[in-house]
Amino acid sequence: MEPIISIRDARKNFGTLEVLHGINLDVSKGEVILVIGPSGSGKSTLLRSINRLEHLDSGTILVDGLDVNDPKTDIRLVREEAGMVFQSFNLFPHLSCIGNIMLSPTTVKKMPKAEARELAMKLLAKVGLAEKADSYPEQLSGGQQQRVAIARALAMNPKVMLFDEPTSALDPEMIKEVLDVMTDLAKDGMTMLVVSHEMGFARAAANRVVFMDKGEIIEQSTPEEFFTNPKEERARIFLDHIL
Amino acid sequence: MSRSPKTEQNQTPVITISDGTLIPQKGDGAVLSAWNIAFFGALIILALLCLFKPYPYRNILSFVPDGIVATLSVTFASIFFALIIGMIAGLGRISRNPVINLIATVYVEVVRGIPLLVQLFYIYFGIPQLIDHSPLKGIIHLNGPSSAIIAISICYGAYMAEIFRAGIQSLPKGQMEAALALGMSRGQAIRTVILPQTIKVILPPIGNEFIALLKDSSLVSMIAVSDLLRRGKEYASTSFEYFACYTVIALIYLIMTLFFSRLIAVMEAKLRHNGTNN
Repeated sequence: MEPIISIRDARKNFGTLEVLHGINLDVSKGEVILVIGPSGSGKSTLLRSINRLEHLDSGTILVDGLDVNDPKTDIRLVREEAGMVFQSFNLFPHLSCIGNIMLSPTTVKKMPKAEARELAMKLLAKVGLAEKADSYPEQLSGGQQQRVAIARALAMNPKVMLFDEPTSALDPEMIKEVLDVMTDLAKDGMTMLVVSHEMGFARAAANRVVFMDKGEIIEQSTPEEFFTNPKEERARIFLDHIL
Repeated sequence: MSRSPKTEQNQTPVITISDGTLIPQKGDGAVLSAWNIAFFGALIILALLCLFKPYPYRNILSFVPDGIVATLSVTFASIFFALIIGMIAGLGRISRNPVINLIATVYVEVVRGIPLLVQLFYIYFGIPQLIDHSPLKGIIHLNGPSSAIIAISICYGAYMAEIFRAGIQSLPKGQMEAALALGMSRGQAIRTVILPQTIKVILPPIGNEFIALLKDSSLVSMIAVSDLLRRGKEYASTSFEYFACYTVIALIYLIMTLFFSRLIAVMEAKLRHNGTNN
């Protein structure tokens, strides 16, 4: 099957530090991939390169056939296709929940307000927060904010969803509600690339685990195999640390 | 240990002194009562002077109202244009386009380095001479008030630019990233996400600039604008009542600045409230 994201020899330095050291990765349509690895292994940078929040030094990334690093590519098209969810939610504090979700469809796609409102209500219901439509982000818990952030990204009807440590800033009791929403999304057939250490989610929803260390992909396998029987020494050491 | 001097140097405490104390903080009892004493004290003194010494005080008071109107017109017009200039220049200061960035930065540095009075003279006395030697002769005519508004707007626009820049840069980086990740252009992100949040952050410093501008507007009495100070000067020079005249002028300026600083504080509190509960 034609991959929806195709990464070839992606390289990136921050000064003398090489954060991406020749990454190759294909993501097929409908696939759910968990990217795991020690901090500083380049997983977030890789994710942020896909919608060009970070610029690669060399290599190519194709998202649905669009060359992300080609200056001629309208990067906004890539960003419409690849929704992103951040560790720190980044909801817009001056807008209500429904305002947050409606903003991009009405601004970018010029969707009529009524239609955008309908869409936003549908998405809020999907993440279980229909009753919070008129609340402001600061009135919500972290878990609720992250669910609104997911709904906001979905409002652009993306083909891929990128999750950058979506549960790392959450209190333990709120992690589940976010993972449940993500698991539902995976079951609906969304293509997902998730930077996270949530093994429960990996087991429930992921097709593949990608283990990164020092800017390289060290090992790729199914969640079951990776967590019970990692082949590489570095993966074993890492799993010993987080288990 | 060898690095400690440097560390100590970095830790030198920084104090910031602004006009901020003029604007009473909510719940700041001491400042509030100081405001009460100053504001109502000024009102009462003015009333008593008019009551017990009608000449010259009541005469002065009835002579200056059109000066107050002129002062307020210049102030409001200037703050309006200064905000527009400041927003454009402030966005220029954070622009990624090096040419725009340089133009905005040079504007801010140059204008902030020249006294407002010099800028007023430059626009009122200097520029007309230049126009007289150009094809624009007879087409553009700058009178006192318009020169005053142009000069003050350009001057305060530079200070506003720094306020806008600082306000925008004070927002978390994730706000811009989130907007871009949703497919917005930088312009759309600035318009719908960044500026609405900036306004709330910069309202207090803008309030301070407004008060400072109101006071600085007295400089326009040096060019042919009949503002409050100039009206007072006119009365004093015919009646020789210098003490009485400048007492009244000072009290009126004080009442105006205190009134507006209070108004701004109330607006701020309201805006802060709206953001959370609206």
